[in-house]
Amino acid sequence: MPSLKDLKNRISSVKNTRKITKAMQMVAAAKLRRAQEAAEDARPYAERFNAVMAGLAASVGQSDTAPKLLAGTGSDQVQLLVVMTAERGLCGGFNANIAKLARQKVLGLQAAGKTVKILTVGKKGRDVLKREFKDLFVGHVDLTEVKRVGYVDAQGIAKDILARFDAGEFDVATIFYSKFQNVVTQIPTAQQIIPAEFDAEGAEATSGVVDYEPSEEAILADLLPRGVATQIFAGLLENGASEQGARMSAMDNATRNAGEMIDKLTIEYNRSRQAVITNELIEIISGAEAL
Amino acid sequence: MADTMQFDLVSPERSLASLQARAVQIPGSEGDMTAMPLHAPTLTTLRPGILKVEAPEGTTEYLVTGGFAQITAEGLSVLAERAIPMDEMTRAHLDELIEEARAMYKTAKDDESAHGLVEDAAKLLADMEALGTHMSL
Repeated sequence: MPSLKDLKNRISSVKNTRKITKAMQMVAAAKLRRAQEAAEDARPYAERFNAVMAGLAASVGQSDTAPKLLAGTGSDQVQLLVVMTAERGLCGGFNANIAKLARQKVLGLQAAGKTVKILTVGKKGRDVLKREFKDLFVGHVDLTEVKRVGYVDAQGIAKDILARFDAGEFDVATIFYSKFQNVVTQIPTAQQIIPAEFDAEGAEATSGVVDYEPSEEAILADLLPRGVATQIFAGLLENGASEQGARMSAMDNATRNAGEMIDKLTIEYNRSRQAVITNELIEIISGAEAL
Repeated sequence: MADTMQFDLVSPERSLASLQARAVQIPGSEGDMTAMPLHAPTLTTLRPGILKVEAPEGTTEYLVTGGFAQITAEGLSVLAERAIPMDEMTRAHLDELIEEARAMYKTAKDDESAHGLVEDAAKLLADMEALGTHMSL
């Protein structure tokens, strides 16, 4: 049976925890709004870009001269997995879910006899995957210093990936990130970025009468590397919103748990306080009776 | 004949402009061109330069650093890698861009494997510097 003092200390410590989780939840809520706005602002660009690319890809993609970024290297032996996670923890299953999806993919590919390489963005994913797949790591991108993810960051990552692709280090690249559905639901997603895949639905039917300056092929060759950056940027933004959403709901749960714990401890505290008083009374009364 | 057309300028981070424009001057990679309503559908890549938008409300200018422009029957959309409104532009900004282009030129020159890249980077650098004189900063 813990003493009264112990209980009191316990209660005040849980109260402090609650204050912290509550503050974190509110910070996450504010950040979430900003992250969502950023994701929203980036959407028009990505949509238009994809529509144009889909149109171009449909008209050029079949020819033999199609760029490698679109047509692939003709093999899928070496796979690069770009795993994008958060830099911080305390956001529920967010990081774990992405890492789990990536892990399944790695094991699946290895079982199929493919060579797997891993590039991580974000500290948390690296920590988890490094334990199991230390030998497969080819690089890590650190965004700890970045307060707000910008297109420049995505471009940096894309440049790194493209340089590796040009050097023939891999055939297929897939990015892993979490799609933001709402505050409680984030869906870990794998998306292939090299060779590029486009929704056929977005393709524009009018591609036949458009003037291209310079040629279609040249535009495509110019745009494909940008497409990689755009997709990575979209992934990073989705991830940002997901992370804050996940943290918000995780901290909300933690705050509620702390509240319940405080209630329980308070009841226990009051009970044992009364027990102590009762005990003292019994002692006094039985002492008086004995006289 | 339609007098204005829909003009959209979007960068990866945000949408900068969406308005009705009379004419838009585009710094295309093969030369400047001006798009007016009912222009033939065209897709062109951009070189670093100044995008001039003439709208009934007045003329605005943006500095763009590459990307592409798509002219369709409905209007014109410009997707720029980076777009900065001219009145927010400062010497420091430009210096930064020139510095970036110079660094890119240097890495391209050191790495002799890709020939086209060196020329591209050199052109980019020249474009950036020309831009500075053009803006008389």
